[in-house]
Amino acid sequence: MASATELRRTPLTALHEDAGARLVDFAGFAMPVQYEGILEEVGRVRTVGGLFDLCHMGRVRILGERREEAAQFLVHPNISKLKFGAIRYSFFCREDGTTMDDVLVYRDTDEVFFCINAGNRDRDIAWMREVVARYDCELQDLSDDLAMIALQGRASVDALAPLCTGEPPEPVRREGATGPAALKYYSFMRGSVCGHEAMISRTGYTGEDGYELYFAADKAPEIWNALLETGKSAGLTPIGLAARDTLRLEAGMALYGHELDDTTNPVEAGLLPKMVKHTHDFSGRAALEAAIAAGPQRRLVGFTTAGKRVPRQGYTLHLPGDDGGAAIGTVCSGSPSPTLDTIIGTGYVRSELAEAGRTLAMDIRGKRQDVTLVEMPFFKRDY
Amino acid sequence: MSNPTDLKYTASHEWARLEGDIATLGITAHAAESLSDLVYIDLPAVGDSITAGEAFGEIESVKAVSDLKSPVTGEVTQVNSGLEDNLSVINSEPFGGGWMIKVKVSGDLPADLLDAAAYDELAAADAH
Repeated sequence: MASATELRRTPLTALHEDAGARLVDFAGFAMPVQYEGILEEVGRVRTVGGLFDLCHMGRVRILGERREEAAQFLVHPNISKLKFGAIRYSFFCREDGTTMDDVLVYRDTDEVFFCINAGNRDRDIAWMREVVARYDCELQDLSDDLAMIALQGRASVDALAPLCTGEPPEPVRREGATGPAALKYYSFMRGSVCGHEAMISRTGYTGEDGYELYFAADKAPEIWNALLETGKSAGLTPIGLAARDTLRLEAGMALYGHELDDTTNPVEAGLLPKMVKHTHDFSGRAALEAAIAAGPQRRLVGFTTAGKRVPRQGYTLHLPGDDGGAAIGTVCSGSPSPTLDTIIGTGYVRSELAEAGRTLAMDIRGKRQDVTLVEMPFFKRDY
Repeated sequence: MSNPTDLKYTASHEWARLEGDIATLGITAHAAESLSDLVYIDLPAVGDSITAGEAFGEIESVKAVSDLKSPVTGEVTQVNSGLEDNLSVINSEPFGGGWMIKVKVSGDLPADLLDAAAYDELAAADAH
């Protein structure tokens, strides 16, 4: 592993070091993997809330008259049909339907904004530049200029509201509330946090209510500390990326490099069960429509185990009692779930076996462990 | 936590306390801290033979599973059977209550075991 000195730092790295976080190489950045303990941090987010440094992720916008045509080639939703202020989860797919990345796309009045994964930043941006050029549009990589932090959990609204100005645009406003509390889920507004211009997005990767905030990189320490202060009485703390991974898995959300990668498509992952009616072409459309029509050969499933051991990416899945038999599936992710008090995992299995309630056997370094397929998500918030 | 000077260490972060021909084995504070939230341990049974440099068990945390590599060759005489249900003692007392097995050592100790000073250096270089 590269030593921490060779890794890229975010505007918040020094604060993580001061807080005693353990930093690891994550996509070339020194990122806080944990502050106290992974399972304790998961519990904190589920019961109160937490703050996450996401500055390593990519932030990109497309400007120009034909920006929505360009964006519509990149992702599957009908961008120009979205409300201003709406956000959609989507994918960058190759012509064969395989996934280059999973992304969030934001429709604004004068730009289309994308949040992309840290590990795919360079290749995503290279591909986006190539596409955008065909529409005479401009692509701006804001990854280094903008910071990004996530504020997640039931304490989020109360932690953010005192620091925040701005009202959601009418199409994405909830009745009976004001400020960030009035923002509908999966939508965003422009406003300020601590007096600094910010984009406030009601999104997250934990299964909790909360926000992802974008603002000038040099304001990150001030805003980070201010949110910790307003959230302090509730018990809100910084949370590491390891807990974030367990939180997203409990919530049944895909992680690129695990549930999605260069060899899988969103149909197999169950993330694109049917195609919306399209007025436009987009990369991978024909292959994805064919995959939907034919039905995928393998499907992403969730499972639980009664054991103590953690499912790991690449462990094979087998028919029960079939010791030494050929694998019928492969594990993508796994974790203890402190919220559900069990072990959870995801994997791809042959489609005809992908039904909730079925028992399969997972090979853990030569030993077998029964797993039970269950419906995802494993966890759904009740507020 | 400092590394006790009366122990021998492996580069893979196990320790051995030698008393006569009996070696007590465990993992270092540095290893326990790196592993963090432990979820599972698999240890050999009394009477099993183990070999220096080879796995005598497995330890698993939320984020990773690792082999436990033996610093010595010999026969297992005792197993800390309480560990399985109280893995956090490996984090809180890695050099004490977190011991894993006792082994009746046969033959010479491997030449590549480290003393505390050499292990301190290795652990410091490994820390991030």
